[in-house]
Amino acid sequence: MASLVGSRVERKEDKKLLTGRGKYTADVTFAHQTYAYFVRSPHARAQIKNVDTSKAEKASGVVAVLTGKDIVNDKIGGLIAGWRIKSEDGSDMKVPAHPPLASESVNYVGDHVAVVIAESLDEARNAAELVKVDYKILKAVVKTDKAMDSENIYKDIPKNLCFDWLLGDRAKTQEAFDKADKIIKIDLINNRLIPNAMEPRAANADYNPSTEEITLYTTSQNPHLARIIISAFNGVAPENKLRVIAPDVGGGFGSKIYPYAEEVVCSWASKKIERPVKWVADRTESFLSDCHGRDHVTHAELAVKNDGTFLGFKNETIANLGAYASVFGTVTPTYLFGPCATGVYKMPAAYSNVKAVFTNTAPVDAYRGAGRPEATYTIETLVEKAARELGMDPAEIRMKNFPTEFPFQQTLVHSVDSGDYNAGLKKAMEVGDYKGFEARKKESESKGKLRGVGFCSYFEACGIAPSAVVMSLGCGIGLWESAEVRFNPTGNVTVFTGSHSHGQGHDTTFAQIAADRLGVPIENIEISHGDTDKGPFGYGTYGSRSLTVGGTAIVKACDKIVAKGKKVAAKMLEVNESDVEFKDGEFIVAKSNQKKTIGEVAFACYLPGQYGEVKSPLPEGEEPGLKETSFFDPGNFSFPAGSHICEVEIDPDTGNTEVVKYTAVDDFGTIINPLIVEGQVHGGLAQGIGQALYENCHYDDTGQLVTASYMDYTMPRADNFPEFNLGFTCTPATSNPLGTKGCGEAGAIAAPPAVMNAVMNAVGTEVSMPATAEKVWKACQKMNKSNSKAA
Amino acid sequence: MKKLNLEVNGKKVSKEIADHTVLSVFLREVLNLTGTHVGCDTSQCGACVVHVDGKSIKSCTALAADLDGAKVTTIEGLVKNGKMHPMQEAFKKEHGLQCGFCTPGMVMSAIDLLNHKKNPTDKEIRDWLEGNICRCTGYQNIVAAVKEAATKM
Repeated sequence: MASLVGSRVERKEDKKLLTGRGKYTADVTFAHQTYAYFVRSPHARAQIKNVDTSKAEKASGVVAVLTGKDIVNDKIGGLIAGWRIKSEDGSDMKVPAHPPLASESVNYVGDHVAVVIAESLDEARNAAELVKVDYKILKAVVKTDKAMDSENIYKDIPKNLCFDWLLGDRAKTQEAFDKADKIIKIDLINNRLIPNAMEPRAANADYNPSTEEITLYTTSQNPHLARIIISAFNGVAPENKLRVIAPDVGGGFGSKIYPYAEEVVCSWASKKIERPVKWVADRTESFLSDCHGRDHVTHAELAVKNDGTFLGFKNETIANLGAYASVFGTVTPTYLFGPCATGVYKMPAAYSNVKAVFTNTAPVDAYRGAGRPEATYTIETLVEKAARELGMDPAEIRMKNFPTEFPFQQTLVHSVDSGDYNAGLKKAMEVGDYKGFEARKKESESKGKLRGVGFCSYFEACGIAPSAVVMSLGCGIGLWESAEVRFNPTGNVTVFTGSHSHGQGHDTTFAQIAADRLGVPIENIEISHGDTDKGPFGYGTYGSRSLTVGGTAIVKACDKIVAKGKKVAAKMLEVNESDVEFKDGEFIVAKSNQKKTIGEVAFACYLPGQYGEVKSPLPEGEEPGLKETSFFDPGNFSFPAGSHICEVEIDPDTGNTEVVKYTAVDDFGTIINPLIVEGQVHGGLAQGIGQALYENCHYDDTGQLVTASYMDYTMPRADNFPEFNLGFTCTPATSNPLGTKGCGEAGAIAAPPAVMNAVMNAVGTEVSMPATAEKVWKACQKMNKSNSKAA
Repeated sequence: MKKLNLEVNGKKVSKEIADHTVLSVFLREVLNLTGTHVGCDTSQCGACVVHVDGKSIKSCTALAADLDGAKVTTIEGLVKNGKMHPMQEAFKKEHGLQCGFCTPGMVMSAIDLLNHKKNPTDKEIRDWLEGNICRCTGYQNIVAAVKEAATKM
C-alpha cells in the first residue's frame, strides 16, 4: 500500500464547501428563532449613568432587552485573561474587570452595553436604536506610546500598566554591549492589524428547557475552551449542560480562539427567554469588536563586532493590550514574543523588556504568528541595518551568526531540537536567483523604477505546547491535545480530534496519517471535530499546533488500536502475539500465509464470541469494542525556520510599491500534504505582505476607529501579489513521532521584514509599516533632496 | 410587500417579500440557499456573488424586487447530474480554497470571467478577481484553478 503521508492528496472537505453545502454558524436557524442585536458604545471611554430600555421593550417584535444590570443580577461572570504574567519586580499583572455587558463604564468604541432580542433581525436592530444610554464622556487613552503618561483608565491600575515584564539579564547584556565595536539601534512600530477572517463572528444558542442544556453554535477555533470558559468563569451553565459546536468556520487567524461577550450573552439570554438566540456580526461590528493584532512600539539595539559577529541584543517594547486583557492577550507580547526576538542567531546575551498597557481601543490578542512576527520584524530589521552599516552582504551577516549545532540552546528560553539554517538560506538564494538581482535592478532602473531586495531569516516556537512548561510560566490551561480513534464494527473509522479545522485541511491531513497508520483506505476515514459532545476535550487550533500536537495524539491512538488488534488477531489465528506483525492493514503471522485484516479484527472486537460461522473469541481480559483515546502532551515546542527573500519595485513618482518577486524556503520538518502546506504558506505570505504594504488599523485621537470597513481598511487583493516561489528543506522535529513542525504562521512571520527590508533597500531610508504609496513617495523625496545636497 | 417571481437554479419560485429585501437575504433566508455568503456590509468582499441572467453580481447590493422575472444561478446550482462544474473541480484540484467562506463568490465570479474571456492571463485573472477578497489562500491557487478550468470549459 502506497504511503499517503507526503502525497498531494486533494482535500476531503472541499466538495461540500465548493457546492454551497458548507454549514457555517450563520447558516444555522432554529425553529422559534430570535435575533440579537447589540447596543455598543459609540464612545471610547465613558461612564454609564443610565440605560433606559423602556421604549425599546415596547417596540415591534421585541422579546427582551438585557443590560449590564441583568448580568450583575444573574451573577454572570466576566471575560478572562488566560495567562498570568508577572512583572520584573515579582508583582502580578493588573487586569480590569470585563463584564459581557457593561454596567458602569465603557472602554472602547464597540464595547457591549445592552442586547435587544426580537422576532427578526430588522426589529432587533430598529429597537436597539431606541435604547437610550446616558454617558458621561471621558478623555480617551489611545496611543500605545502615550498610555503610561495618560490619565488612568481604571482607578486601581496606575499608569495603565498591566505589567512590566523582563526576560533575560540586563547586566550581562550590558557587559556584552560594552565590548561591542558598533551598536545598531532602531525604533519600530509594529502596526496594529484587524484579523478579518472572511466569515464574521456569529453565535446561535439554543436552550432546551427539557434537558436544561444549551447548545451553542459558534465561530470558534476552540469549542472546548469556549465551553469551559462560559461554564466555569461566566457561570452560564455547568459544562455538562453546555454543548458547543463550531461547525464550518470561515477562517480565524487567532481572532476566534476564545469566546467573546456575544457568545456568553446569547447563551445566557437563550436560557433566560427559553428560545434560541442568534447573533451574526456585520463587518463593521467585526472591525470594532474582534480582537486586534500586533500594536507594539519598540526600541531595540544590537551589539556587533566589526566582522559582523553578534554580541548582544536589547529589546524595550510597549505593547498595547487594548481596553481589557483578552485570553491570550498577555502571553502574545511576552512568552510568544520575547524569546524569539533574538532571532535565529547565536546571541551571547540578551533581554526583552515589555510594558503592556491598557488603552481605550478594542482588546488585542493573538493574530497569525502572535508575538513571533513582532519579534522577527524587530531582529530582522536590526540585522539588515547592521549589514548596511558594516558594509556586509545581508546573507553573509546572517550565516555568520546562525547556529550550526543542534540541539541549539537559544539565548532566552528555547532548546531548538533541529534545523539547518545555512541550507535554508542558500536554497532561498538559489530559488530566488539572488545572483541575478543586480541585473534585475538595472532593468527596473531602465524603466524609471527603483528595485530593492530584502531578506528575512526566522525561526518560531510553535507546536504549542508542553503543558508543564507553559503552566509554570503562567498559562491557566494545559496545552496537550486529544484524539479518539473509533473503529466501527463494519470496519470504517471515525477519528475525533480536539483541534479544529477552519481552513487548514485537517479532514484530509489527519485522514492521511490515520490511513497510513491503520492501513484503512482514506475514504473510509472520517475526521470529526468541533463538537464538544462528540469527541474528547481538546485545546483547539492556533500556534501551528494541530498537526504536531493533535496529529501526534492520533498517531498514538492508532498505535493503541494496533496493539489491541495484535492481541485479538493472535487469538483468532491461534498463535502467540509475538508472532503477529502488523503491516498495511493486515495482522500477519510471520513466515506463513495466515492473516487477519484490521477490519476482520474490528468486527471480532464487536462480536466477541461464537455465532454461526462467526468465531471470534477475545483473549482473556480483553474488553470488547475497538476504540482508543490518546492525550498527547509534547515534550518541547517545535521550531520551524526558514529564509525568505523579497524583491520590490517602486515607482518613485507615485511611491507605489509592488512585490515583484518573493521566495520562501521553509523547514517545517516532515510534510504530510505538500498541497495543503503550500497553501498555508501562500496565505501567510499574503497576510504578512498585507501588514507590510497595505493594512493598518487606525484610531483617531478620540478613540474612534477610522478603519472600520473594507472601504477604509486595505485588505490585500488578488492583484496585489506576484506568484510566490516556494522551496522547502527538511530537518524532522525530534519532539514528535511525525517529525512535523507546523506551517500555518511562517508566512505572516517572515514576510513583513523581508518586504520592508526590500523597500528600505530600494529607497535607501527607513520607512514604517504599512509602506503606503504616500510614505514611500515621501521617503523618495527625502532621499532625492539629500542626494542633491550631497551632489 | 411585493410579489417576486424568479427562476432560481432552474426552478421557478414565487414569494411575497418586503420591498427592502436584498437578493442575498432572499436566497439565504427565504430559499435557504445558504451557499451564498455575506462577508461585509459595503459590497466589497464578493462572497455573495451569484449570476443573474448569466452575469455575475454582488447579491448583497441588488434589491430582489428589482429582479422580477430574472434567472438566478447560485453556487448550489452549478452541480449538474451530480457532477461538479469544471470550475469547482479545478478549485479542488488546485487547492483554491481553504476555509471556504469566500469560495462560492469566487467560483461564480471566476466562471463569469471565463464566459467573457476564454484564456485569460494571470494578470487578467487577478484584475478580474479584485472584487473578491480571500483571507486564506493568498490567491495563488485560485489563479491556478481558474487557469486549470480554462482548459476544461
